[in-house]
Amino acid sequence: MTNLVRYLFLLRPVWAVLMALIVGSGLILLAGVSPLGAYGELFRGAFLDYWGLAGTLVKTSPILLAGLAVILPLRAGLLNIGAEGQIYMGALFSAAAALYLPQMPTFLALPICVLAGALGGGLWGMIPGYFKAYHGLNEVILTILMNFIAINLVSYVAGGPMMQAGAPYPYSEEIRPSLWLPIILPQTDAHAGVVIGVALAMIMYFVLRYSTTGFALDTIGRNVNAARYAGVPVRPYLVGVMFVAGALGGLAGAFEVLGVKYRLYHHFSPGFGFDGIVVAFLAALNPILAPLAAFFLSGLKAGALVMQRATGLESTVIEAIQGLVIIFVAASLGLKLDAEKWAARLRGRERLDRAVGDTFRKQGAKDADATE
Amino acid sequence: MADNVLSLHGISKLFAGFRALDGVDMSISRGTVHAILGENGAGKTTLMNVLFGLYQPEEGEIRLNGKPVRISSPRQAMTMGIGMIHQHFMLVDSLTVAENVALGLPGQGLSLDLDRIAARLAELSHEYGFDIDPHEVVWKLPIGMRQRVEILKVLFRDAEVVIFDEPTSVLAPNEIASFLDGLRRLRAAGRTVLFITHKLDEVEAVADDVTIMQHGKVSARMKVAQTDARDMARKMVGREVVHDRMDKGDIAPGAPILQVSDLVVEDARGIEAVKGVTLSVRAGEVLGVAGVDGNGQAELANAIVGLLAPKSGSVLVDDADVTSASVHVRRQRHRVSYVPEDRHHTGLVLDFSIAQNAMLRDFTAAPFSRGGVVQTRTVREKATDWVRRYDVRMRGIDQKVRFLSGGNQQKLIFAREVESDPRVLIVMQPTKGLDVGAIEAVQRTVIAERAAGKAVLYISTELEHILTVADRIAVMCAGEITGVLTPDEVTTERIGALMGGLHEGAEA
Repeated sequence: MTNLVRYLFLLRPVWAVLMALIVGSGLILLAGVSPLGAYGELFRGAFLDYWGLAGTLVKTSPILLAGLAVILPLRAGLLNIGAEGQIYMGALFSAAAALYLPQMPTFLALPICVLAGALGGGLWGMIPGYFKAYHGLNEVILTILMNFIAINLVSYVAGGPMMQAGAPYPYSEEIRPSLWLPIILPQTDAHAGVVIGVALAMIMYFVLRYSTTGFALDTIGRNVNAARYAGVPVRPYLVGVMFVAGALGGLAGAFEVLGVKYRLYHHFSPGFGFDGIVVAFLAALNPILAPLAAFFLSGLKAGALVMQRATGLESTVIEAIQGLVIIFVAASLGLKLDAEKWAARLRGRERLDRAVGDTFRKQGAKDADATE
Repeated sequence: MADNVLSLHGISKLFAGFRALDGVDMSISRGTVHAILGENGAGKTTLMNVLFGLYQPEEGEIRLNGKPVRISSPRQAMTMGIGMIHQHFMLVDSLTVAENVALGLPGQGLSLDLDRIAARLAELSHEYGFDIDPHEVVWKLPIGMRQRVEILKVLFRDAEVVIFDEPTSVLAPNEIASFLDGLRRLRAAGRTVLFITHKLDEVEAVADDVTIMQHGKVSARMKVAQTDARDMARKMVGREVVHDRMDKGDIAPGAPILQVSDLVVEDARGIEAVKGVTLSVRAGEVLGVAGVDGNGQAELANAIVGLLAPKSGSVLVDDADVTSASVHVRRQRHRVSYVPEDRHHTGLVLDFSIAQNAMLRDFTAAPFSRGGVVQTRTVREKATDWVRRYDVRMRGIDQKVRFLSGGNQQKLIFAREVESDPRVLIVMQPTKGLDVGAIEAVQRTVIAERAAGKAVLYISTELEHILTVADRIAVMCAGEITGVLTPDEVTTERIGALMGGLHEGAEA
């Protein structure tokens, strides 16, 4: 029985999401639309329709990778708000590699373009990592500010040196089709980025859980003095973790270029990097839950458009509901399981059962004893 | 009755049943410098906090100028004319001297007249020879000047009685003399100074009266002119030092393993906390380091294990120079183990399980990990074995260390540090906050390590505990080793004098 409570408790972000949707239905009612109908359209559009699902997966790729870029450094106590900038730098490096490197066979060229994106994001992430580790500068402020630099740098490049001649809008030449990412759902835009994202989430899960590196990161995050005392080289770890986080963000940018846009556009990301922060908290910093969280959040975004078309409800309502989800999940993560208290309550209930008699006690007795 | 500005009658203060102050009587004459001398935990600071209104005594009476008073808050203490200068300064670094003084100054209402404050400050500063510019920003001032700002803050509020808590512990040596001059000037101006210290030479230099405290009680009251440092030292340590030595077995110490020479270490504030310490510990030897807390012991230990980089000097382990080696290299290659003073913030990760904390020291090495992968089963076997052998009482090795008692936490740390088969074991305040049983377990472990031929550096403020385990005892005061004794040579007088900073001149 206490195990059941513990289990329900672990799922608290899920309950928080449901609560947010219930409160959100009030907003939908205010807008004069049936909440059930609206949610129905939303979920059908996001998850149940082939094209809709593909649209959700397209968004899942960058949001998931950005989520991982936030989760990893947070395990060592660093808050990376810079995934957005890392996405832009990844896209820049990746597009430059795709457009300017000499012709090569695809099996060589495609990985190089992808890794170029990871490198670009990684270097961009490493800069605040270095300043944090060796000069004590606040990584939150640094990463936020570096977002602006990266976004504007890409705007400049896409509208200047790399701009396609005669283009009406700042974007680069098109990348040749042999460098496009494979499509996983035929006839749609759903590219392989999401598969790589899920694979990386699994790898990150195992690294954090079973490797010495993961243990060192957790030690730094929980008690940096103890980490230093144990001989963990804290500063190099901080730089390294920010490089890897930046590389994950850079991958997201590379996949946007190689999988969706096929060009470097200015302002191509609608804030995927910030969605990554939401994913990190929705997943309670567990990489294995990050794909689910990213998929759900992408579904809300993709489904919002369908819902708007079907019901005439403003998509701003969905933005408000996304906000509610974040608030509820953040609040639910603040809850702590008081196992002792629950155990005491359950014991109290058993005493009550014995005193007044419980109809189900006879059949249920064995199960209850087994779980205790 | 003499002109007593302040007198205490039977003051007692209890913390959870523990008598931190036990019937303290004291009277302080107007216009004198009155020193309060005592070891760690003697109750000096508690007493000052009572006088400053931070604590309320459970029993007793305080009289100010002959009238019984109740001091319910620091603000009230200040209006009564009692000012306090804490060991750690209460200044806002980014504000100027005048602004710091204006902060919380009563009677200002909503207007702020910094010019008036600055003018008055300049006057006071001149009067006491403090040489402080009221418009200077505090962070630009050296430590000794900041202390003067604190004093000015108190004088500005017209404090009649000024209390100093260990005022010289933060000062550089050249600042101490001018600080003592400042005390003399305060006295000359008719103020009463009450200062807490454990340094005998300072008491001799400036104090008129001295009250010596021990275990929450006053053990002696004297005119400084009628006594000397040795006498005060004896009364500070007080009890006959007990030779409650464990049967350690006869072991002839071997070759020196840990050699520290001329080590100079700065603390976090950039003050030299260790000033040229030389010591060596041989195989199968326990070198105790005694002394009042905060005399450089922590910095010494941290510099030996690599957590602090020394300014100069060298650390050798088995004749290899490790002065610039990382913590990791010292621990893994040179096999230095360390039981830190602060279990909660350094020695353990409280939110980790017992098993995870057990592998904290050696998780990068076999058998705890292979090829970067943590060998969970081995870790659990080791942890299970250790908690059994070191008698760590717990519910299971997956229990968070946070929920263990202090003694069991310490046993776990000892298990981890000792089971790695170190060459050098540094132990810092290992018995702090432990009950008798846990203390004995700690001491048995230390003695077993000595028998196994390890070099043990045992740093503690608990003299009895050092005497129980140590072969030699080095005494530290103000960052220097003031003398080295064998347990048989230890007398109350000698060790008290060394702890109070009277040199016998030696290296350990």
